[in-house]
Amino acid sequence: MSGIPHDHYEPKSNAEKYIHRRLPIVGLIYDTIMLPTPKNLNWMWIWGIVLMLCLVLQIVTGIVLAMHYTPHVDHAFASVEHIMRNVNGGHMLRYLHQNGSMLFFFAVYLHMFRSMYYGSYKAPREITWIIGMLIYLAMMATAFMGYVLPWGQMSFWGATVITGLFGAVPGIGDMLQTWLLGGPAVDNAALNRFFSLHYLLPFVILGLSIVHIWAFHTTGNNNPTGVEVRRTSKEEAEKDTLPFWPYFVIKDLFALVVILAIFWALVGFMPNFLGHTDNYIEANPLVTPPEIVPEWYFLPFYAILRAFTSDVWIVIAVNWLSFGIIDATFFGVLAMFGSIFVWALLPWVDTSSVRSGRYRPMFKWWFWLFIINFVVLTWAGAMPAEGIYTTISLIGTTYWFAYFLVILPLLGVLEKPLPQPATIEEDFKASLKSKSDNDPKGPNAEPIPAE
Amino acid sequence: MLVSHADDNDSTRRDFIYYATAGAGVVTVGAAVWPLVNQMNPSADVQALSSIFVDVGGLEPGGQLTVNFLGKPVFIRRRTEEEIADGRAVALDELSIDRQSRNPNKPGTDALDANRTMDDEGEWLVMTGVCTHLGCVPLGNGAGDFGGWFCPCHGSHYDTAGRIRRGPAPENMHIPVATFVDDTTIQLG
Amino acid sequence: MKLRNFAVAALSALVLALPADMADAKKVKGEVTNFDFSFQGLTGTYDRNQLQRGLQVYHEVCSSCHGLEYVAFRTLSDRNGPELPDDQMRAFADMYEVWDDELRDWRPATGPDHFPESQFEGAPDLSLMTKARAGFSGPYGLGINQLMKGIGGPEYIASFLLGYTGEEDFQAGSMFYYNRAYGDWVSMAPVLFDDMVFYEDGTPATEEQMALDVAAFLTWTAEPKMVERKHAGFVGVIFLSVLAALLYLTNKQLWAPIKRAAKKD
Repeated sequence: MSGIPHDHYEPKSNAEKYIHRRLPIVGLIYDTIMLPTPKNLNWMWIWGIVLMLCLVLQIVTGIVLAMHYTPHVDHAFASVEHIMRNVNGGHMLRYLHQNGSMLFFFAVYLHMFRSMYYGSYKAPREITWIIGMLIYLAMMATAFMGYVLPWGQMSFWGATVITGLFGAVPGIGDMLQTWLLGGPAVDNAALNRFFSLHYLLPFVILGLSIVHIWAFHTTGNNNPTGVEVRRTSKEEAEKDTLPFWPYFVIKDLFALVVILAIFWALVGFMPNFLGHTDNYIEANPLVTPPEIVPEWYFLPFYAILRAFTSDVWIVIAVNWLSFGIIDATFFGVLAMFGSIFVWALLPWVDTSSVRSGRYRPMFKWWFWLFIINFVVLTWAGAMPAEGIYTTISLIGTTYWFAYFLVILPLLGVLEKPLPQPATIEEDFKASLKSKSDNDPKGPNAEPIPAE
Repeated sequence: MLVSHADDNDSTRRDFIYYATAGAGVVTVGAAVWPLVNQMNPSADVQALSSIFVDVGGLEPGGQLTVNFLGKPVFIRRRTEEEIADGRAVALDELSIDRQSRNPNKPGTDALDANRTMDDEGEWLVMTGVCTHLGCVPLGNGAGDFGGWFCPCHGSHYDTAGRIRRGPAPENMHIPVATFVDDTTIQLG
Repeated sequence: MKLRNFAVAALSALVLALPADMADAKKVKGEVTNFDFSFQGLTGTYDRNQLQRGLQVYHEVCSSCHGLEYVAFRTLSDRNGPELPDDQMRAFADMYEVWDDELRDWRPATGPDHFPESQFEGAPDLSLMTKARAGFSGPYGLGINQLMKGIGGPEYIASFLLGYTGEEDFQAGSMFYYNRAYGDWVSMAPVLFDDMVFYEDGTPATEEQMALDVAAFLTWTAEPKMVERKHAGFVGVIFLSVLAALLYLTNKQLWAPIKRAAKKD
């Protein structure tokens, strides 16, 4: 691996040399584990490890659940109940898998927001960002199909609504939707293929994750200052970095276990808190639930989808310009996919020469507004699509697109960035100093162990 | 900054924390692996079927019930006076093929008729209806040359106590774990 | 710095968790009374006697219309359930008839069999009903109420059974009854009346007592592993907390020389 200069694995014994000449796997693992990592990473750099755990958790619990699950419309719901009641420890495995998806999305959003704030997506890390967005898309597809499998009311109607989005494509929509479902409506064919793909996609995510890690191991981690590690010599690089093992592995593990403890409390004491009650009613194609709400992690996009009704002027204009091909529904679909697309464009719409939001006084405000907007859209997505809620959704959607297409490009020109530290080492020292300065009890009040 | 005064104490304490952390980590991983293994053991609904109750109140002498137990047929026969007499009359040295009772309710006993039946009178015979040769289900109700069962697949003859008397089968028909829970109910398993 | 980031993360967690809670909040339009049940809270367990009474109410009242198709009779003997002795459980199962595919006939049920399905289309199966209904939630966002009281399913069931106002309406050939908990007219008639069952344990069979008992029983049918789950939750949280404390100390020791060196310069 190129990038930051550091020690590489040197086989010593004859056995090590024998293996290394034939398969340099120990060297590969060594280089991965001993990656020089900026000293000054803060606690927002833990979500990668949390996500890795989520992926492993979901794959492992998923594989064991599949041993007991039956992908058939007549048996799916009952087989989930069989898991909950009869399989040894099945209720915990299933609740872990169900809530694990929530933790997965929670962590991925914080991971993405961290990247957005500290400019981790900026050159030379654009490919890391793009692969991350692909992982995110694959996660959404996996979560959506997984939600169909228990074959409850929300499973069924969620699948109906989401595949209906493809039906909104002009001309080929119906054909596309029929192809996706293998029939005119959500039925056994759809359930079976969703099960198959739900099993497959996590391994695609695993592959993409390896590429994601490979990419940022090549460029090196970003850090809260956005200042690059000095790499003219190994000595200089070592002033800015520490090896990933053990310093960051232990730090990440600590954060991971704290999060796991909270997650475990959720699973143990309120496993249905984030789920929808209607999914404990078996799917019934003849009865639509009073409201169809996707899982919380889809809600911002659900709000964007529903924001565009036929009385919004831009919808009317586009409808007229496209000779009626793009109606309100299709416009909403385009807006929803477009919102993710502009997110993916982030490395190219951000024109600022400064990476970290820490040194961008104007950007900070817009960034936090984006986060608030994200929460507002999530809330609006859970509300009925009428009255004030669509208006709020519309304002939120406008800000979403404006953030990427107008604000970020302009900020690079208008904003006067603050001075950045010259090196990571400097920032690391400064952070320790300011911590002891701020301590009212004086610098020695909090003794470091082993001192 | 303070300079360390007691390096020995510190390193002991440091090592202790490292080992304790590693130990707790190993326990955590172990605790996470066990449920993944255990979930493959028979589930509660399967375990529930490993013991079933059969109502035999309606059986007259000479009548037979066949019930499915753990995926195999189990014959429950209320034998007639003649069948009991026939079975009791057979001496151990007449059993040239298998002289063991194959009865887990009376483990290690020989194949005398009394060791094959559930009750001392010899009225109730319960056995797994699978030929010990290649697993066919023998025909009953006095079939075969010994008035018991006959396996049509390769011609094994069993007597009124289900003992192999002639043919390729190597063992007497096996008896499942069975008890009377009351006068009219047999618990299998 | 670090603390602030933690605070930001925690805050984000709360706001992200907020909408799901809100989505549930508007599910029930009627009035649901916040009854207390023995199984609420972090350490709550089922009351065996109450589950047995609830089973009796289900058997004598509800079962004439509603099924429990996901519940096996054998589980009535399970630990942390009604805990009927084996012979009583079999005798109870014997009162129900199930279809046997092998016999191609109806036969009395045995332990491994499930309760029958609902008798007719309009009566939903009750196995999961307390998980399929959210009686209340809130205070908004925090989920503390859910942690201490659950999602309100049993409260809804009990409130529903007690929620008849006595108003009746005859429409399109059927009778409808107003129900406060549902907040609308329902086709199910009021079913519970004082002393309509006789409790062997001497508990007075008031309308409210029966409603609470059957709601508790139906909570058990929906979540038979609840006690085991909470137990696993406790053990896991305690153990992970210890591990987190150890990792915190390890991390601090590991970084101490690095930070000391950085401060020295």
